[in-house]
Amino acid sequence: MQMDIGQLSLVLSAVLFSIGVAGVIFRRNAIILFMCIELMLNAVNLAFVALSRAVGIEGQVFVFFVMTVAAAEAAVGLALVISIFRHAETVDTKNFNLLRW
Amino acid sequence: MNLTDFPLAQLLWWVFASMTVGGALGTITRKNPIASLLFLVLTFFSLAAIYTMLGAYFIGAVQVIVYAGAILVLFLFTIMLLNLGHQYRSDLRGGLWIVVAFVAAGSIGFVLWRAFMTPGAVVQLDGQQRIAAGVSELNAVGVIAQPLFRDFLVAFELTSILLLVAIIGAVLLSKRRV
Repeated sequence: MQMDIGQLSLVLSAVLFSIGVAGVIFRRNAIILFMCIELMLNAVNLAFVALSRAVGIEGQVFVFFVMTVAAAEAAVGLALVISIFRHAETVDTKNFNLLRW
Repeated sequence: MNLTDFPLAQLLWWVFASMTVGGALGTITRKNPIASLLFLVLTFFSLAAIYTMLGAYFIGAVQVIVYAGAILVLFLFTIMLLNLGHQYRSDLRGGLWIVVAFVAAGSIGFVLWRAFMTPGAVVQLDGQQRIAAGVSELNAVGVIAQPLFRDFLVAFELTSILLLVAIIGAVLLSKRRV
């Protein structure tokens, strides 16, 4: 079946996003949770780029902003992980129960 | 001449799409964080190829430079700094969580799939032709730079404030004794 790769890319972005969701739910390593969040952000980027073929260049400009937010999020998140690691000597989220009741 | 007119392009799309999905599955299943990260690098490089095939040349280059080059190296640096590379204890959650993960991922994927595959879901506003015209007039960087510095200037300046806040926050968080 000959399909437009724009629409196929939208489906691929749906698949990538759900893989990222599954990863966030069933992993416990904080760094891998961040990686899964990056995966979801990339799925959204792919949807933006695929839709920019239908709508116009604005989709690609939005990808630029999403990448900036992802970079900021990774910097702050990894600083938090380092800070938590110094305190608890682990990055496994089952050991972080300070805010859990 | 359009890159996507060739059947070869379609074949290459499937190759890169399967590398993307395989890398993503490797990312969420490997026990070793470094193996997981390298699978994520594979995913991001294949995504850069897909962006290029979709005609977003600049985004493809930025994907390699910023994501694969900067963000993932930051992750790798953190993993190696915390010395987590040879800690092979599994961090997968138990039975019920796996079921919850499959149900959540499956339902989200199904909803998105239905939304994207519905005929007429994507309204064609001849963006492809306009982007092609812009690329031939301004080349691949200019076609993004012009709306970025004209229509989205305020958002662009706010982005620099966001990055400044993130840098200060990261330095403060990692310097302070907890």
